[in-house]
Amino acid sequence: MKIDHPLAHRRACLHIVLCLLVAWFMVSFGCGILFRDWLDANAPSVGHAPFGFWMAQQGSIISFIFLLVIYAFLMNRLDAKHGYSESK
Amino acid sequence: MTQDTLNFVFIGLSFALYIWIAVKSRAASTSDYYTAGGGVSPLANGMATAADWMSAATFISMAGTVAISGYDASRFLMGWTGGFVLLTILMVPYLRKFGKATVPDFIGDRYYSKFARGVAVVCAIFICMTYIMGQMRGVGVVFSQLFGIGIPAGVIIGAAIVFFYAGLGGMKGITYTQVAQYCVMAFAYTIPAIFIAIALTNNFIPQLGLIGNFTAGTETVPFLEKLNSINTELGFAEYTSGKLSTVNMFCITAALMCGTAGLPHVIVRFFTVKSVRAVRISACWTLLFIAVIYLTAPTIGAFARVNLIQKLNGTSYSEVPAWFMEFEATGQMAWVDKNSDGKIQYSGPGKSEAKTDAVFQGGAPSYPAYDAPENQRVGPSGERLLANKADDSNPNELWFGNDIMVMANPSMANLPKWVIALLMAGCIAAALSTAAGLLLVLSTSISHDLMKKIIKPELSDKEEVSYARIASFMALAVATYFGINPPSAFIAKTVAFAFGLAASSFFPTLLIGIFYKRMNREGAMAGMLAGITFTIGYILYFQFLGGHKEQLLFGIEPEGIGFVGMLINFGLSFVVSAFTPAPPQDVQDMVASIHIPSGAGDASHH
Repeated sequence: MKIDHPLAHRRACLHIVLCLLVAWFMVSFGCGILFRDWLDANAPSVGHAPFGFWMAQQGSIISFIFLLVIYAFLMNRLDAKHGYSESK
Repeated sequence: MTQDTLNFVFIGLSFALYIWIAVKSRAASTSDYYTAGGGVSPLANGMATAADWMSAATFISMAGTVAISGYDASRFLMGWTGGFVLLTILMVPYLRKFGKATVPDFIGDRYYSKFARGVAVVCAIFICMTYIMGQMRGVGVVFSQLFGIGIPAGVIIGAAIVFFYAGLGGMKGITYTQVAQYCVMAFAYTIPAIFIAIALTNNFIPQLGLIGNFTAGTETVPFLEKLNSINTELGFAEYTSGKLSTVNMFCITAALMCGTAGLPHVIVRFFTVKSVRAVRISACWTLLFIAVIYLTAPTIGAFARVNLIQKLNGTSYSEVPAWFMEFEATGQMAWVDKNSDGKIQYSGPGKSEAKTDAVFQGGAPSYPAYDAPENQRVGPSGERLLANKADDSNPNELWFGNDIMVMANPSMANLPKWVIALLMAGCIAAALSTAAGLLLVLSTSISHDLMKKIIKPELSDKEEVSYARIASFMALAVATYFGINPPSAFIAKTVAFAFGLAASSFFPTLLIGIFYKRMNREGAMAGMLAGITFTIGYILYFQFLGGHKEQLLFGIEPEGIGFVGMLINFGLSFVVSAFTPAPPQDVQDMVASIHIPSGAGDASHH
């Protein structure tokens, strides 16, 4: 189905971007910096590493990769839905 | 085979490969030269961007920084990877759709002003220049160790190689060479880590070893607990908790992230793929390849810390491993026998009343001249003596530079010689790939943005490429000069500059330009100039003019001030644009069109 409406596409696109930015902020600044002390003390540790420390040095980077994969998937699907996708 | 022969074989083979690729894929047209003809596959572009992004400094020093500062080093780990998320979801798909070959191109067109383009060109040149100087120095240091020649000769050899394939191949040649360089780097970085992880934690995946058990001692304890207890016993801060204040961690990480998203030489990489869809996929690959190294760095840092302390602390000089003397000879490690017991004692600030751990006075070690009497050069235990006076306010006797952690790691863990040779090759690959990428952006900025768009609009394609080659030669000459005569400690400090500048100038201006149609020339220019002036002023004042710690704004270190500069840029842009006329209709149409992902076509330079 082709909807081909630039404004609707743009709104959906902004929605995806904002959600991903919130997730991006939470895994890095949130878990790794702002709430680290609380997480170190209260969250279950990863292996033998305190949770906040692990998020700062490993977890955030792994999450970033997932965020980009989700972004590419959602956006490419959105483009296809609005008829903007190119064959290659 | 001796270590030297192996080094030569590995580096020689890798060089032959790079040059073969450069010759095979040399540039035929301007579009080949600037954007590799726009036909690079997402996977290849991902590898090339990762190689471009990881400089000699990242490759060599980052693990050392993690080893020394533990949790605090997370700001680099998160900052330099998290920036790619911003870059991918906010910038590159739109800039790729816009379809011009450089960042100043976008700023010049979007803000319909030659002046804006000029400011962007100057920023781009400055950012690339500060970066490339450090790379040339890195190449020089490795070459000088390798061939036993002076650093100046090493820098010149490195410059000749970079010029050969960057000038010849343009973006196309560089991209395919960087793919090969990434492979060399990734192997060189991860293989030693795997060996050491097996030795220390009995786990062949370093990342699992880090959160697993320490098995090399008499009893099995969690590895990080072991690390924390080693650190606190010697008077250092706990490894998993940092010393830096939360506000500084936040600002520095934010400045590094936004700076990453605004670095012109990274943005340009995404113009080499075919479509907006390919840009998104390519960004995933890029981050994945970068993460291979960034997830390994903290493990190398932690393992090296344990190894270093166990091998050296409390060991008498007559029994230290051979590698210690090698690093002593090159001035990267030093031992000052403060209590004259012939043993190395290593301790942190917690062990002295003055809360210091400096081994000697002055920032860097200096040595007596070669013709000085022997008793000034060689100490009672046979150690190399320093010209610096000992710092007697604390008992710490061991000094080492951040850079040696990665280089010394294989020796510390008694790994086979070929691993060390591979590491050397990887280090050179890291420096060369970054230098070549930067050189290309520099030469494009000068030939395309400055010469063609501002000074001489009637340049033909052919003349433009020859200007680009001349510009890259000149830029390399300047970088070589500063690589040979580094303006002391300047290079380390300019990193703060490059990221602060990118965060406070390019990032906000590009972001508003893409997402806010109503932003006009006046607002963007006011914001950009204010952001840059504030950031440069702050860094200059505290790094070079001797500002005191007490005067810091909210206690924010100069490294993190780019974040504040960015907020100033955003704020002022919106205020000024609200009071000045809206941009012309064709610019507003252009902004609307870059949000439609299809029809990107080839990135052009016209």
